[in-house]
Amino acid sequence: MTRYLRRFSRTERTLHWVNALGFFMLLATGLILYLPSLSMAVGRRPLIKDLHAWSGVGWIAALALVALLGDRRGLLRTARDLDAFDADDVRWLRRRPAPQGRFNAGQKVNASLNAAFTVLFLVSGLLLWLGERDTRFRFASTVILHDGLMYVALVLLVGHLYLALVHPATRHALRGMTLGTVDADWARAHHPKWVPRSGDDGGPR
Amino acid sequence: MASCLRHGAHVTSEPIDDPTGGRPAPRRYGRGVFLLTVAGGLSSLAWGKSVWGHVSSAVSPVASSLAPFLPTGGWRIYTISGSMPTFDRATWRLKIGGLVEQPVSLSYDELLALPRASQISTFHCVTGWTVQNVHWAGVRLTDLFDRAKPLPEAGALQFVSAEEPYIDYLTMPQALLRDVMLAYEMDGKPLPREHGAPVRLIIPEMYGYKNVKWLEQINLVSDAGSGYWEQLGYDQDAWVGRSNGYSSAPAPPAPAGASHRGFFTR
Repeated sequence: MTRYLRRFSRTERTLHWVNALGFFMLLATGLILYLPSLSMAVGRRPLIKDLHAWSGVGWIAALALVALLGDRRGLLRTARDLDAFDADDVRWLRRRPAPQGRFNAGQKVNASLNAAFTVLFLVSGLLLWLGERDTRFRFASTVILHDGLMYVALVLLVGHLYLALVHPATRHALRGMTLGTVDADWARAHHPKWVPRSGDDGGPR
Repeated sequence: MASCLRHGAHVTSEPIDDPTGGRPAPRRYGRGVFLLTVAGGLSSLAWGKSVWGHVSSAVSPVASSLAPFLPTGGWRIYTISGSMPTFDRATWRLKIGGLVEQPVSLSYDELLALPRASQISTFHCVTGWTVQNVHWAGVRLTDLFDRAKPLPEAGALQFVSAEEPYIDYLTMPQALLRDVMLAYEMDGKPLPREHGAPVRLIIPEMYGYKNVKWLEQINLVSDAGSGYWEQLGYDQDAWVGRSNGYSSAPAPPAPAGASHRGFFTR
């Protein structure tokens, strides 16, 4: 009989999917503004610009709302977990075999990068918006930062989608982010330091 | 992944709920990655443009051969209305009016029949992006003036776009800079729709918002008024690097003669 362990709480899953929805909304509207062929096919630039800007505002507001109304203590615990790198994590990053906890070291780095990118997207986007209205907020490099972030974020996204949807060894993790639970045997193989000794359902709720 | 399995089997046979027991405390690398990335990104506001300029000129031989395959070619298409104007070769006219002896209305073919000028110039947008070495072909304003004959009191030109309500102005000395042109070709092809087909103004010395797209009318007027973006707070004289907050030095008066040469030969 397959035993399942709870890996992600409802708050964490909501946060993930709100983040994903916001990102794809911003990516879609941003690409329409950025790619000449799409700009021409879609037109309505003022509307798309507004949609893009308000998606950004809505994205941050929704993330903040979920964090405030959800399981704050659980989120803080997860954040501390993502922040901490032990000797095994460092070994893992050097591509040596090392047992991993609830998050492997790659997932921890990815989380930090994504958090930083959220801040940088927000700041550079805000500067673009303000700069159109006031020269004090206008910098020649803002648009390069905003576009550069988009390219790097796309690379991270492709890697994330590959590991979550395609790669046979890791794609089971998707279940954790949809239903909240993962196969105990899979967890023991990939996240042995997280799996409770008895194999009982002891993860966060 | 085999190694994971091995370790998994190993670990589950031992107590594991005290991961730090007897080991050094974990390092807070997560916040380090976060803070370094944010700091690097924010500092790039100071160095991003110049570094990107060096990188793109260093790889420009490669980049120009790759350009046709890149999604943007460096351009971003800015419009102000719901849809881009469409060009109908049969009905399109370029009108020159206002303070002229002889109002002129040119068809597309008549425009192409005028003396052809070409140049390679760099296009700067006020939002910070730049496209280097664009090949333009078109007509010089002086060849239009030969037909329309501006009156002596005409001190400025109003450029009217088919994308309403986009207009902009140049003073007569600005309009007579040597590399100002009405471009109907870009990089060897007829000007694409998103770049202002069939003809746009090109003034490389100034930011893109002065380079009116979808041009359909030029009116000679006594003084320059405020264009679309100037009414929203952008500078009247959009000199590249010397306007719109990019320099503390005030924009100089319009260079009438020799001083534009530096731009042209750059």
